[in-house]
Amino acid sequence: MSTDRRVVVTGLGATTPLGGTITSTWEGLLAGRSGVRTMSHDWVAEHELPVTFAGELAQPVDEVLTRVEIRRMDPSAQYAIIAAREAWADAGAPEVDPERLGVAIGTGIGGVWTLLTQWDTLKEKGVRRVFPLAVPMLMPNSPSGNVSLALGARAGAHTTVSACASGAESMGTAAEMIRSGRADVVVAGGTEAAIHPICFAGFTQMQALSTRNDSPETASRPWDTSRDGFVMAEGAGVIVLESEEHARARGARIYAEFAGIGMSSDAYHITAPEPEGAGASRAMKQAVASAGLTPADIVHINAHATSTPVGDVAESNAIRRAFGNATDGMCVTATKSMTGHLLGAAGALEGLFTILSLHHRIVPATINITDLDPQIALDVVHQGHRTLPQGDIAAMNNSFGFGGHNVALTFKSYS
Amino acid sequence: MASTEQEILEGLAEIVNEETGLDPAEVQLDKSFTDDLDIDSLSMMTIVVNAEERFGVRIPDDEVKNLTTVGDAVRFIQGSQG
Repeated sequence: MSTDRRVVVTGLGATTPLGGTITSTWEGLLAGRSGVRTMSHDWVAEHELPVTFAGELAQPVDEVLTRVEIRRMDPSAQYAIIAAREAWADAGAPEVDPERLGVAIGTGIGGVWTLLTQWDTLKEKGVRRVFPLAVPMLMPNSPSGNVSLALGARAGAHTTVSACASGAESMGTAAEMIRSGRADVVVAGGTEAAIHPICFAGFTQMQALSTRNDSPETASRPWDTSRDGFVMAEGAGVIVLESEEHARARGARIYAEFAGIGMSSDAYHITAPEPEGAGASRAMKQAVASAGLTPADIVHINAHATSTPVGDVAESNAIRRAFGNATDGMCVTATKSMTGHLLGAAGALEGLFTILSLHHRIVPATINITDLDPQIALDVVHQGHRTLPQGDIAAMNNSFGFGGHNVALTFKSYS
Repeated sequence: MASTEQEILEGLAEIVNEETGLDPAEVQLDKSFTDDLDIDSLSMMTIVVNAEERFGVRIPDDEVKNLTTVGDAVRFIQGSQG
């Protein structure tokens, strides 16, 4: 079996704060809409949370899943199933040997809702009332396991956990499954359902979240001088990856080529990014080199850019360190300004956005920038979208996670 | 207050529907939980606990394996209530 098979993207699916599908989400991005709103949950006031807003799903799950599906899956798996079904249908539900079909879906936090509601049940009602599916619902591999069941995928179902790089890492894992010959088709992405008071409490104690309660829609403002933290969001993004030969043999529509993967770890601090961006820039360089590209080939980066004071500058430094003067030839956007930060699903969703930017040759503008931070030495797309050039082009998606995880993915236009 | 056989059957059918999505009309006295209704052991545990709460009875774990059909469960619940 060849170990350098080309990998292409043939299906896309998502459920996000901007829409219940990837199409409606993409329309939201192009319209410059924010999916962030004030939360209506009783628990916000009950726990006196200092942050009262988030990017919650635009389409509630009970509009798309059955009552029994909702009952038997943690929200993290529910979102993954919704996105995976859309991606699979979008790919034309390919006929593939089940033993050549894989799954790789990551999550940053996993089944936190199941874990804590079942813990409450144990304390209040006793062991006999704990749901027998509590463990298979709370485990972080529940989304990948459920998607493999739904699609009958038997080549392996993997779960990468690297905080906010999880979704991107899973896409890299999926591509490597195809390159190494373990699978012909892999359904890959990330999911997160962590809009839970404990997550707000933990993140606010770290002072990681924006506290702009009076203006939720403008709270996520990557690269603006007044940025004050990230905005919690939830959802899932899933793609169908295929070996080029498999996709061509069945006449599939190909959105883009999955071209390169770069991964590294900082070993610097458990949460803070290494300020010079040494680890992040190594991941970016690998992602370019492993795709057989040069820095000048990259015309666009969908940045990690979460809207934190330190992280946004560290990434900008890392991009310049990786690309040198070639940095001036690429435009950069921060779609978290509209979606908020989907944590373990963020890298996957932004991978989808990067693919769509190449496919449609358009980069959605970052919103909420009124005063661009002079420390950001990048060509930032804001105040209007940017058209990408015709011909063969490539783009990159960056994702970084607590723990010092760095993942960069490169995609090429396909013609 | 003790329930009639029909009341218990209807209550069980609701519990089964809640857990599995199965049409309540499918839940008949002669149906086997595993062979006819395709209910696995994890779902059965949930059904048992919900039935205990609804009918005010206790169904010991040792007894659950003897409840092959819906009728077995209805009779056990009715006997426990008596």
